[in-house]
Amino acid sequence: MEESGYFDFSPIVNNIHESLAASFSPGWAMAIAWALIGITLILFAALSVIILVYVERKVAAFFQVRLGPMRVGPWGLLQTVADFIKLLMKEHITSRNADKFLFNLAPFIIVTAAFLGLGAIPFALGLHIFDINIGLFYITAVSSVGVLGILLGGWAGNNKYSLIGALRSGAQIVSYELSITLSLLAVVVLAGSLQLSEIIASQENGWWIFKGHISAWIAFVIFMIAGTAETNRGPFDLAEAESELTAGFHTEYSGIKFAMFFLAEYLSLFIIASVGATVFFGGWLPFHIGTWQAFNHIMDYIPPIVWFFGKVAGIIGIIMWFKWTFPRLRIDQLLILEWKYLLPINLFNLILVSFIALMGWYF
Amino acid sequence: MGNEAIILFIILGLVLVGGAFAMSYLVSPKNVTPLKEETYECGIETMGSSWIQFKVGYYLFAMLFLIFDVETIFIVPWAVVMKKVGLVAFIEILIFFLILGLGLLYAWKKRALRWE
Repeated sequence: MEESGYFDFSPIVNNIHESLAASFSPGWAMAIAWALIGITLILFAALSVIILVYVERKVAAFFQVRLGPMRVGPWGLLQTVADFIKLLMKEHITSRNADKFLFNLAPFIIVTAAFLGLGAIPFALGLHIFDINIGLFYITAVSSVGVLGILLGGWAGNNKYSLIGALRSGAQIVSYELSITLSLLAVVVLAGSLQLSEIIASQENGWWIFKGHISAWIAFVIFMIAGTAETNRGPFDLAEAESELTAGFHTEYSGIKFAMFFLAEYLSLFIIASVGATVFFGGWLPFHIGTWQAFNHIMDYIPPIVWFFGKVAGIIGIIMWFKWTFPRLRIDQLLILEWKYLLPINLFNLILVSFIALMGWYF
Repeated sequence: MGNEAIILFIILGLVLVGGAFAMSYLVSPKNVTPLKEETYECGIETMGSSWIQFKVGYYLFAMLFLIFDVETIFIVPWAVVMKKVGLVAFIEILIFFLILGLGLLYAWKKRALRWE
């Protein structure tokens, strides 16, 4: 990959590392590197959530032929910031009947799980904090820890709505996790690696959504459905169904604790979208058409980080579109969709994709 | 970064939530009254505890998930080496999926997938 002409972040990262190593002792250099990565990641998470919440409200408004937030800042751009400040200044209320320790532990678990996933995402060439050889497996594993936070938070509140919401969410997330893993494995069979950087490298001559024939498309559709369910969104938001359960699993949470659940929800949306973009759409790789040299060169001028965030934005857009297109499912319909449709289709798709890989029917 | 990055991410999550809680604690009003501490139930008086025996259906699906998730873990290493191993891996996964499918079919016929 080194000979390709893409904008590479690794010299910048190496420069920072070298200058740190030159001016500090090894221990301090590492501590400062950690602090830098940490601050960047926290700022990035906060910024992306603020933008995502704003976009969510605007998209919702446009689907309903409204304008959405318009008052705070130009086009309501500062609305989410104002909301966050409001949530920060709210009183801490823990219900008398709640299990106080678990009630306060739940936001920690859910946000930590989101951060664990966020770190392993390849943002651009050389801009990849944590690139292990089981990257995809790692992300699916840690993103499922979040359900513990939801279950704990829902149960600890000692509230009927939150209990129902938590159990629904538990059944839903664990079910759809199977689909999400199996649909990603369809591409892993073709790419032959779980390392995210290698999966991207294998798409140098075409994204898997194009190279993988019909099975990649099936896998992508299943991934989108399961990813929407995994993030408790769209037609699968019955864990926090406003019209039935007031606020679902976070009914008892208020102020900053509620904001933490919100943060984790949008972070996991971002993680799911970026995993989809990486695995099916080549991550930060630009769009190329076969041997159209001129076209490919023009595409190469757009920096990889723009490609990555563009693809992520596209997938997030589709997921938001889902929300305003389909009515909410009932819990039994939800589980039937997973266990009687998606899971068998997924198993057949894996056989199909391994057959394709066996016959070499991919580029 | 190596595997120690996991520790960093865990610290980050804890610091972010802890920091936000601490910041909020500094600026938020503290005026707790007994009524505020009531469990929320749409304005009416709270009836009993929520920690009760609950519908078994949810746990049934959780158990099913446990079985299938363990089997997914077996599929992951297969998926990585599938192209290298070739035909043998293909035949083996057919047998594996046959057993997996039979398990699903069994749960289906036993009405474990029915929501009653």
